[in-house]
Amino acid sequence: MKFGVVVFPGSNCEMDCYHVIDKVLREEVDYVWHQETDVSRYDCLVLPGGFSYGDYLRCGAIARFSPVMEAVADYAREGGLVIGICNGFQILLEAGLLPGAMLRNTCLHFICRFVDLRVENASTPWTNAAAVGQVLRIPIAHNEGNYTADAETLRELREQGRIILRYCAPDGTVSEEANPNGAMDNIAGICNEGFNVFGLMPHPERASEALLGSTDGMVIWESIMAHYRGKG
Amino acid sequence: MKVSVFVSPKQGVLDPAGQATLGSLKSLGFDEVSDVRIGKYITLRLEGIDADQAEERVREMCERLLANPIIEDFRVEIER
Repeated sequence: MKFGVVVFPGSNCEMDCYHVIDKVLREEVDYVWHQETDVSRYDCLVLPGGFSYGDYLRCGAIARFSPVMEAVADYAREGGLVIGICNGFQILLEAGLLPGAMLRNTCLHFICRFVDLRVENASTPWTNAAAVGQVLRIPIAHNEGNYTADAETLRELREQGRIILRYCAPDGTVSEEANPNGAMDNIAGICNEGFNVFGLMPHPERASEALLGSTDGMVIWESIMAHYRGKG
Repeated sequence: MKVSVFVSPKQGVLDPAGQATLGSLKSLGFDEVSDVRIGKYITLRLEGIDADQAEERVREMCERLLANPIIEDFRVEIER
């Protein structure tokens, strides 16, 4: 399986993603510079976290017009797997590949800590190695993770099972107290209608080795590989 | 030609920075303040275009990049 990690000016999690894919998953991986216009040789594209274009104007607003994003949109339209992590999620929202938008965290702080996430749908390319209700412990690190969408969009996301991860208590209870950033419905990760595009605020690449305090992020990576190999 | 663009959070969209500022103003004794919304003020300088065309072009700039229609409204002022 061949992964492409898209690098924008200001991305800063691309090396972490590359490391996990290369050294932990032992799969093929390339960096894909934002000027690239052909991404057809990859089986999965990763839009990593960071501060693309300095988060100027709005997070992801400028990155979404990078040359590579047109190729990413075509790739996604043809059913290619695209995962956007943190700033990558924000870019997918700005690009309209996922619905909704991000507001500033209600606490107005940058939050960098482990959170608990309830898996809401385990029949996706991203979560097939999990069970519904399983709790994953994965860190977040963001200032704008307060997901918002209009009522109609939110209803669609719910009805179509496109809310994949929600912030929860360690026992899996989804509550306001367990919501770190004010996100509607405690949303931490959503999919597009085809489930081939996934955006999430938590960083699975920071929770893929025991040394880092959690290996729960591996559930996401293993799901992707299982899906690719027709087992997911 | 100078153009001003005002981008503000849509009505009904949460504005955490505005809410925090409202709280701070109240704690300073400005009890008459009932709401604070914080947006952006962007100035543009345009060349080689007339004011009517400019209005249309700048609206397009707002829709495509300067504002996010999901969470923000915008207003354009052209200095004729």
